[in-house]
Amino acid sequence: MIISNQMNPFLIFLSACLINNIILIKFIGLCSFFGLSTNVKNSIGMGIAVTFVTITATIVSWLVYHFALVPLNLVYLRTATFILTIASLVQLEEMFIKKYLPPLYKAMGIYLPLITTNCAILASTFLNIDYNLSLLNSIVNGFGIASGYTIAIIIFANLREKILTAPVPKSLEGYPIAFFLASLMSLAFLGFKGLFGL
Amino acid sequence: MGNNQNNNRTCGLKNPKLNALFYGVIKGNPIVVLMIGLCPVLAISTTVYNAVGMSIAVAFVLMGSNVIVSLLRKFTPNQIRIPVFIIIISTFVTIVDYLIKANLPFLYKQLGIFIPLIVVNCVIIGRAEAFAYKNSVFLSFLDAIGSSIGFLIVLFLIGATREILGQGTFFNKVIFSNPCIVMVLPPGGFITIGVIMGLLSYYNLRKKKQ
Repeated sequence: MIISNQMNPFLIFLSACLINNIILIKFIGLCSFFGLSTNVKNSIGMGIAVTFVTITATIVSWLVYHFALVPLNLVYLRTATFILTIASLVQLEEMFIKKYLPPLYKAMGIYLPLITTNCAILASTFLNIDYNLSLLNSIVNGFGIASGYTIAIIIFANLREKILTAPVPKSLEGYPIAFFLASLMSLAFLGFKGLFGL
Repeated sequence: MGNNQNNNRTCGLKNPKLNALFYGVIKGNPIVVLMIGLCPVLAISTTVYNAVGMSIAVAFVLMGSNVIVSLLRKFTPNQIRIPVFIIIISTFVTIVDYLIKANLPFLYKQLGIFIPLIVVNCVIIGRAEAFAYKNSVFLSFLDAIGSSIGFLIVLFLIGATREILGQGTFFNKVIFSNPCIVMVLPPGGFITIGVIMGLLSYYNLRKKKQ
Protein backbone atom coordinates (compact mmCIF):
# COMPACT_ATOMS: atom_id res chain seq x y z
CA MET A 1 0.00 0.00 0.00
CA ILE A 2 1.14 3.53 -0.74
CA ILE A 3 1.51 6.19 1.93
CA SER A 4 0.47 9.71 0.93
CA ASN A 5 0.39 13.19 2.40
CA GLN A 6 -3.38 13.05 2.83
CA MET A 7 -3.12 10.41 5.52
CA ASN A 8 -3.28 11.01 9.24
CA PRO A 9 0.31 11.05 10.63
CA PHE A 10 -0.67 8.44 13.20
CA LEU A 11 -1.76 6.09 10.41
CA ILE A 12 1.51 6.73 8.56
CA PHE A 13 3.37 5.74 11.73
CA LEU A 14 1.33 2.55 12.22
CA SER A 15 1.68 1.61 8.59
CA ALA A 16 5.46 2.04 8.61
CA CYS A 17 5.92 0.35 12.00
CA LEU A 18 3.59 -2.66 11.94
CA ILE A 19 1.73 -3.18 8.68
CA ASN A 20 4.73 -2.67 6.39
CA ASN A 21 7.36 -3.68 8.93
CA ILE A 22 10.69 -2.91 7.30
CA ILE A 23 12.30 -6.24 8.19
CA LEU A 24 9.57 -8.83 8.40
CA ILE A 25 7.35 -7.66 5.54
CA LYS A 26 9.65 -5.63 3.30
CA PHE A 27 12.91 -7.57 3.85
CA ILE A 28 15.11 -4.50 4.17
CA GLY A 29 17.98 -4.40 6.69
CA LEU A 30 18.31 -8.15 7.08
CA CYS A 31 22.10 -8.28 7.41
CA SER A 32 22.18 -6.46 10.75
CA PHE A 33 18.93 -8.13 11.81
CA PHE A 34 20.58 -11.55 11.71
CA GLY A 35 24.07 -10.39 12.59
CA LEU A 36 23.29 -8.44 15.78
CA SER A 37 20.38 -10.35 17.26
CA THR A 38 22.41 -12.99 19.09
CA ASN A 39 21.82 -11.27 22.43
CA VAL A 40 19.23 -8.84 23.74
CA LYS A 41 21.71 -6.17 24.85
CA ASN A 42 23.18 -5.78 21.37
CA SER A 43 19.77 -5.65 19.80
CA ILE A 44 18.61 -2.83 22.08
CA GLY A 45 21.76 -0.80 21.32
CA MET A 46 21.29 -1.32 17.59
CA GLY A 47 17.62 -0.37 17.83
CA ILE A 48 18.42 2.92 19.57
CA ALA A 49 21.20 3.73 17.11
CA VAL A 50 19.02 2.99 14.07
CA THR A 51 16.16 5.12 15.41
CA PHE A 52 18.46 8.04 16.10
CA VAL A 53 20.22 7.94 12.75
CA THR A 54 17.06 7.32 10.72
CA ILE A 55 15.36 10.44 12.05
CA THR A 56 18.37 12.71 11.51
CA ALA A 57 19.12 11.15 8.11
CA THR A 58 15.50 11.63 7.05
CA ILE A 59 15.62 15.33 7.84
CA VAL A 60 18.99 15.93 6.19
CA SER A 61 18.26 13.90 3.06
CA TRP A 62 14.85 15.56 2.63
CA LEU A 63 16.48 19.00 2.81
CA VAL A 64 19.29 18.00 0.45
CA TYR A 65 16.85 16.54 -2.08
CA HIS A 66 14.35 19.38 -2.11
CA PHE A 67 16.74 22.31 -1.73
CA ALA A 68 19.81 21.10 -3.63
CA LEU A 69 19.12 18.26 -6.05
CA VAL A 70 15.74 19.37 -7.42
CA PRO A 71 16.63 23.06 -8.09
CA LEU A 72 19.95 22.03 -9.68
CA ASN A 73 18.33 19.32 -11.83
CA LEU A 74 20.59 16.64 -10.38
CA VAL A 75 17.92 14.14 -9.32
CA TYR A 76 19.83 11.30 -10.99
CA LEU A 77 22.60 11.72 -8.41
CA ARG A 78 20.16 10.75 -5.65
CA THR A 79 21.70 7.38 -4.81
CA ALA A 80 25.26 8.67 -4.56
CA THR A 81 24.30 11.83 -2.68
CA PHE A 82 22.16 10.09 -0.10
CA ILE A 83 24.70 7.45 0.79
CA LEU A 84 27.46 10.01 1.14
CA THR A 85 25.23 12.29 3.18
CA ILE A 86 24.34 9.46 5.53
CA ALA A 87 27.96 8.35 5.84
CA SER A 88 29.18 11.83 6.78
CA LEU A 89 26.19 12.40 9.06
CA VAL A 90 26.94 9.23 10.97
CA GLN A 91 30.56 10.27 11.33
CA LEU A 92 29.58 13.71 12.68
CA GLU A 93 27.04 12.25 15.06
CA GLU A 94 29.57 9.80 16.39
CA MET A 95 32.01 12.60 17.21
CA PHE A 96 29.25 14.78 18.70
CA ILE A 97 27.80 12.06 20.93
CA LYS A 98 31.24 10.94 22.06
CA LYS A 99 32.01 14.45 23.27
CA TYR A 100 28.71 15.66 24.68
CA LEU A 101 26.60 12.59 25.53
CA PRO A 102 28.98 9.92 26.87
CA PRO A 103 26.23 7.70 28.37
CA LEU A 104 24.43 7.52 25.03
CA TYR A 105 27.74 6.84 23.31
CA LYS A 106 28.29 3.94 25.65
CA ALA A 107 24.91 2.48 24.71
CA MET A 108 25.09 2.80 20.94
CA GLY A 109 28.61 3.95 20.03
CA ILE A 110 29.96 0.76 18.58
CA TYR A 111 26.89 0.29 16.40
CA LEU A 112 27.15 3.66 14.68
CA PRO A 113 29.82 2.71 12.11
CA LEU A 114 27.79 -0.36 11.16
CA ILE A 115 24.84 1.83 10.32
CA THR A 116 26.41 3.63 7.37
CA THR A 117 25.60 0.75 5.07
CA ASN A 118 22.40 -0.31 6.77
CA CYS A 119 19.76 -0.70 4.07
CA ALA A 120 16.90 0.26 6.41
CA ILE A 121 18.08 3.84 6.76
CA LEU A 122 18.83 4.38 3.09
CA ALA A 123 15.51 2.76 2.19
CA SER A 124 13.56 5.05 4.48
CA THR A 125 15.09 8.13 2.84
CA PHE A 126 14.30 6.74 -0.64
CA LEU A 127 10.74 5.84 0.33
CA ASN A 128 10.06 9.35 1.64
CA ILE A 129 11.11 10.79 -1.71
CA ASP A 130 9.20 8.16 -3.72
CA TYR A 131 5.98 8.79 -1.78
CA ASN A 132 6.50 12.55 -2.13
CA LEU A 133 5.96 13.14 1.59
CA SER A 134 6.19 16.51 3.32
CA LEU A 135 9.01 17.04 5.83
CA LEU A 136 6.82 16.37 8.87
CA ASN A 137 5.30 13.23 7.35
CA SER A 138 8.77 12.06 6.32
CA ILE A 139 9.93 12.30 9.91
CA VAL A 140 6.86 10.39 11.09
CA ASN A 141 7.44 7.75 8.43
CA GLY A 142 11.14 7.48 9.31
CA PHE A 143 10.34 7.17 13.00
CA GLY A 144 7.76 4.48 12.19
CA ILE A 145 10.24 2.49 10.11
CA ALA A 146 12.88 2.73 12.85
CA SER A 147 10.42 1.70 15.57
CA GLY A 148 9.37 -1.27 13.45
CA TYR A 149 13.04 -2.25 13.12
CA THR A 150 13.61 -1.90 16.87
CA ILE A 151 10.52 -3.91 17.83
CA ALA A 152 11.39 -6.68 15.40
CA ILE A 153 15.07 -6.98 16.38
CA ILE A 154 14.36 -6.97 20.15
CA ILE A 155 11.65 -9.65 19.89
CA PHE A 156 13.88 -11.69 17.61
CA ALA A 157 16.88 -11.45 19.96
CA ASN A 158 14.74 -12.64 22.86
CA LEU A 159 13.52 -15.61 20.83
CA ARG A 160 17.05 -16.49 19.76
CA GLU A 161 18.25 -16.48 23.38
CA LYS A 162 15.43 -18.87 24.24
CA ILE A 163 16.20 -21.19 21.35
CA LEU A 164 19.76 -21.71 22.59
CA THR A 165 18.38 -23.96 25.35
CA ALA A 166 16.03 -25.87 23.04
CA PRO A 167 16.94 -29.23 21.48
CA VAL A 168 17.35 -28.24 17.84
CA PRO A 169 18.34 -30.81 15.18
CA LYS A 170 22.08 -30.55 14.61
CA SER A 171 21.90 -29.49 10.99
CA LEU A 172 19.45 -26.69 11.78
CA GLU A 173 21.55 -25.11 14.53
CA GLY A 174 22.55 -21.47 14.11
CA TYR A 175 21.26 -19.62 11.09
CA PRO A 176 18.74 -22.12 9.61
CA ILE A 177 16.63 -22.21 12.77
CA ALA A 178 16.92 -18.42 13.02
CA PHE A 179 15.37 -18.15 9.57
CA PHE A 180 12.48 -20.41 10.63
CA LEU A 181 11.97 -18.17 13.67
CA ALA A 182 11.96 -15.07 11.48
CA SER A 183 9.43 -16.76 9.22
CA LEU A 184 7.05 -17.38 12.14
CA MET A 185 7.46 -13.77 13.29
CA SER A 186 6.77 -12.57 9.79
CA LEU A 187 3.62 -14.73 9.72
CA ALA A 188 2.51 -13.04 12.93
CA PHE A 189 3.16 -9.57 11.50
CA LEU A 190 1.13 -10.47 8.40
CA GLY A 191 -1.81 -10.47 10.80
CA PHE A 192 -1.60 -6.67 10.98
CA LYS A 193 -2.54 -6.48 7.29
CA GLY A 194 -5.94 -4.88 6.89
CA LEU A 195 -5.69 -3.03 10.18
CA PHE A 196 -7.70 0.24 9.87
CA GLY A 197 -8.41 -0.71 6.27
CA LEU A 198 -4.83 0.01 5.27
CA MET B 1 27.73 -9.30 7.80
CA GLY B 2 27.69 -12.91 8.96
CA ASN B 3 29.71 -14.14 11.87
CA ASN B 4 30.81 -17.34 10.21
CA GLN B 5 33.13 -15.86 7.62
CA ASN B 6 35.77 -18.44 6.91
CA ASN B 7 39.30 -17.17 6.78
CA ASN B 8 40.45 -19.68 4.26
CA ARG B 9 39.75 -17.75 1.11
CA THR B 10 40.67 -20.34 -1.47
CA CYS B 11 38.97 -23.39 -2.85
CA GLY B 12 42.02 -25.63 -3.07
CA LEU B 13 42.91 -25.00 -6.70
CA LYS B 14 46.54 -24.32 -7.63
CA ASN B 15 45.84 -21.92 -10.49
CA PRO B 16 45.08 -18.45 -9.01
CA LYS B 17 42.79 -17.58 -11.94
CA LEU B 18 40.59 -20.64 -11.48
CA ASN B 19 40.71 -20.04 -7.74
CA ALA B 20 39.39 -16.51 -8.17
CA LEU B 21 36.70 -17.70 -10.54
CA PHE B 22 35.37 -20.61 -8.49
CA TYR B 23 35.74 -19.23 -4.95
CA GLY B 24 32.50 -17.26 -5.07
CA VAL B 25 30.44 -20.03 -6.66
CA ILE B 26 30.32 -22.59 -3.84
CA LYS B 27 32.99 -22.32 -1.14
CA GLY B 28 32.57 -18.57 -0.68
CA ASN B 29 29.00 -18.30 -1.90
CA PRO B 30 27.94 -14.80 -0.87
CA ILE B 31 24.49 -15.77 0.34
CA VAL B 32 24.37 -19.22 1.89
CA VAL B 33 27.97 -19.37 3.16
CA LEU B 34 28.96 -15.79 3.96
CA MET B 35 25.40 -14.65 4.80
CA ILE B 36 25.76 -11.24 3.16
CA GLY B 37 23.50 -9.37 0.77
CA LEU B 38 20.35 -11.02 2.02
CA CYS B 39 17.80 -8.24 1.54
CA PRO B 40 17.26 -8.45 -2.22
CA VAL B 41 17.49 -12.23 -2.12
CA LEU B 42 14.39 -12.64 -0.02
CA ALA B 43 12.44 -9.61 -1.18
CA ILE B 44 12.38 -10.07 -4.91
CA SER B 45 12.65 -13.85 -5.21
CA THR B 46 8.89 -14.38 -5.60
CA THR B 47 9.28 -15.31 -9.28
CA VAL B 48 12.16 -16.65 -11.38
CA TYR B 49 11.92 -13.66 -13.72
CA ASN B 50 12.51 -11.17 -10.91
CA ALA B 51 15.29 -13.31 -9.42
CA VAL B 52 17.19 -13.49 -12.72
CA GLY B 53 16.65 -9.77 -13.37
CA MET B 54 18.04 -8.86 -9.97
CA SER B 55 21.03 -11.20 -10.38
CA ILE B 56 21.94 -9.61 -13.70
CA ALA B 57 21.71 -6.12 -12.18
CA VAL B 58 23.93 -7.17 -9.26
CA ALA B 59 26.36 -8.94 -11.61
CA PHE B 60 26.74 -5.80 -13.73
CA VAL B 61 27.43 -3.60 -10.72
CA LEU B 62 29.79 -6.15 -9.18
CA MET B 63 31.87 -6.57 -12.35
CA GLY B 64 32.02 -2.84 -12.97
CA SER B 65 32.97 -1.93 -9.43
CA ASN B 66 35.51 -4.75 -9.06
CA VAL B 67 37.30 -3.72 -12.26
CA ILE B 68 37.37 0.00 -11.44
CA VAL B 69 38.36 -0.54 -7.80
CA SER B 70 41.18 -2.78 -8.96
CA LEU B 71 42.29 -0.27 -11.62
CA LEU B 72 42.40 2.54 -9.06
CA ARG B 73 43.87 0.52 -6.20
CA LYS B 74 47.37 2.03 -6.60
CA PHE B 75 46.01 5.60 -6.43
CA THR B 76 43.48 5.14 -3.63
CA PRO B 77 44.78 6.21 -0.21
CA ASN B 78 44.06 3.56 2.38
CA GLN B 79 42.21 5.92 4.75
CA ILE B 80 39.53 7.02 2.30
CA ARG B 81 39.11 3.75 0.41
CA ILE B 82 35.56 3.08 1.67
CA PRO B 83 34.12 6.42 0.43
CA VAL B 84 35.89 5.85 -2.88
CA PHE B 85 34.34 2.35 -3.15
CA ILE B 86 30.93 3.79 -2.37
CA ILE B 87 31.21 6.46 -5.07
CA ILE B 88 32.31 3.88 -7.67
CA ILE B 89 29.52 1.50 -6.70
CA SER B 90 26.83 4.15 -6.65
CA THR B 91 27.85 5.28 -10.13
CA PHE B 92 27.24 1.79 -11.49
CA VAL B 93 24.01 1.46 -9.52
CA THR B 94 22.71 4.69 -11.03
CA ILE B 95 23.58 3.41 -14.52
CA VAL B 96 21.73 0.13 -13.88
CA ASP B 97 18.80 1.98 -12.34
CA TYR B 98 18.27 4.17 -15.39
CA LEU B 99 18.97 1.35 -17.89
CA ILE B 100 16.28 -0.86 -16.35
CA LYS B 101 13.87 2.04 -15.98
CA ALA B 102 14.17 2.85 -19.69
CA ASN B 103 14.23 -0.64 -21.17
CA LEU B 104 12.34 -2.96 -18.79
CA PRO B 105 9.63 -0.89 -17.07
CA PHE B 106 7.79 -4.01 -15.86
CA LEU B 107 10.90 -5.37 -14.12
CA TYR B 108 11.60 -1.90 -12.72
CA LYS B 109 8.14 -1.84 -11.14
CA GLN B 110 8.70 -5.29 -9.61
CA LEU B 111 12.17 -4.59 -8.21
CA GLY B 112 11.28 -1.06 -7.12
CA ILE B 113 13.40 0.24 -4.29
CA PHE B 114 15.75 -2.74 -4.36
CA ILE B 115 17.62 -1.40 -7.40
CA PRO B 116 18.96 1.74 -5.64
CA LEU B 117 19.53 -0.41 -2.56
CA ILE B 118 22.15 -2.46 -4.48
CA VAL B 119 24.50 0.34 -3.41
CA VAL B 120 24.50 -0.94 0.18
CA ASN B 121 24.54 -4.60 -0.84
CA CYS B 122 27.29 -6.12 1.26
CA VAL B 123 28.32 -8.54 -1.52
CA ILE B 124 29.61 -5.73 -3.70
CA ILE B 125 31.43 -3.67 -1.10
CA GLY B 126 32.65 -6.92 0.48
CA ARG B 127 34.28 -8.12 -2.76
CA ALA B 128 35.76 -4.66 -3.40
CA GLU B 129 37.34 -4.61 0.05
CA ALA B 130 38.34 -8.26 0.33
CA PHE B 131 39.49 -8.95 -3.20
CA ALA B 132 39.54 -6.17 -5.81
CA TYR B 133 41.53 -3.75 -3.65
CA LYS B 134 44.38 -6.26 -3.37
CA ASN B 135 44.42 -8.03 -6.73
CA SER B 136 44.97 -7.38 -10.42
CA VAL B 137 42.20 -6.24 -12.76
CA PHE B 138 41.77 -9.56 -14.54
CA LEU B 139 41.67 -11.59 -11.31
CA SER B 140 39.13 -9.14 -9.85
CA PHE B 141 36.98 -9.51 -12.94
CA LEU B 142 37.06 -13.33 -12.60
CA ASP B 143 36.21 -13.00 -8.90
CA ALA B 144 33.23 -10.81 -9.78
CA ILE B 145 32.01 -13.39 -12.30
CA GLY B 146 32.34 -16.17 -9.73
CA SER B 147 30.46 -14.31 -7.02
CA SER B 148 27.78 -13.29 -9.51
CA ILE B 149 27.28 -16.90 -10.54
CA GLY B 150 27.03 -17.95 -6.89
CA PHE B 151 24.49 -15.19 -6.30
CA LEU B 152 22.51 -16.18 -9.39
CA ILE B 153 22.39 -19.88 -8.47
CA VAL B 154 20.98 -19.24 -5.00
CA LEU B 155 18.55 -16.59 -6.20
CA PHE B 156 17.37 -18.87 -9.02
CA LEU B 157 16.84 -21.76 -6.58
CA ILE B 158 14.85 -19.63 -4.14
CA GLY B 159 12.91 -17.92 -6.91
CA ALA B 160 12.02 -21.21 -8.60
CA THR B 161 10.95 -22.83 -5.30
CA ARG B 162 8.79 -19.91 -4.31
CA GLU B 163 7.22 -19.45 -7.75
CA ILE B 164 6.43 -23.16 -8.23
CA LEU B 165 5.03 -23.70 -4.72
CA GLY B 166 3.46 -20.29 -4.25
CA GLN B 167 1.96 -19.55 -7.65
CA GLY B 168 2.02 -22.95 -9.34
CA THR B 169 3.91 -21.48 -12.29
CA PHE B 170 7.44 -21.54 -13.70
CA PHE B 171 8.52 -18.59 -15.86
CA ASN B 172 4.81 -17.68 -15.94
CA LYS B 173 3.82 -21.11 -17.36
CA VAL B 174 1.11 -22.78 -15.27
CA ILE B 175 2.19 -26.11 -13.74
CA PHE B 176 -0.59 -26.80 -11.27
CA SER B 177 -3.52 -25.01 -9.71
CA ASN B 178 -4.24 -24.49 -6.00
CA PRO B 179 -0.79 -23.23 -5.00
CA CYS B 180 0.31 -22.68 -1.41
CA ILE B 181 0.06 -18.89 -1.33
CA VAL B 182 2.13 -18.39 1.83
CA MET B 183 5.28 -19.19 -0.18
CA VAL B 184 5.08 -15.95 -2.14
CA LEU B 185 4.27 -13.97 0.99
CA PRO B 186 7.16 -12.80 3.22
CA PRO B 187 7.18 -15.87 5.56
CA GLY B 188 7.73 -18.16 2.57
CA GLY B 189 10.99 -16.38 1.75
CA PHE B 190 12.41 -16.98 5.23
CA ILE B 191 11.31 -20.63 5.20
CA THR B 192 12.83 -21.29 1.77
CA ILE B 193 16.27 -19.93 2.64
CA GLY B 194 16.13 -21.67 6.04
CA VAL B 195 15.48 -25.01 4.36
CA ILE B 196 18.25 -24.46 1.80
CA MET B 197 20.77 -23.58 4.53
CA GLY B 198 19.59 -26.51 6.66
CA LEU B 199 20.12 -28.94 3.78
CA LEU B 200 23.56 -27.47 3.11
CA SER B 201 24.64 -27.88 6.71
CA TYR B 202 23.16 -31.43 6.77
CA TYR B 203 25.30 -32.24 3.74
CA ASN B 204 28.39 -30.70 5.36
CA LEU B 205 27.83 -32.67 8.59
CA ARG B 206 27.41 -35.92 6.65
CA LYS B 207 30.63 -35.23 4.73
CA LYS B 208 32.53 -34.54 7.97
CA LYS B 209 31.42 -37.87 9.47
CA GLN B 210 32.71 -39.94 6.55
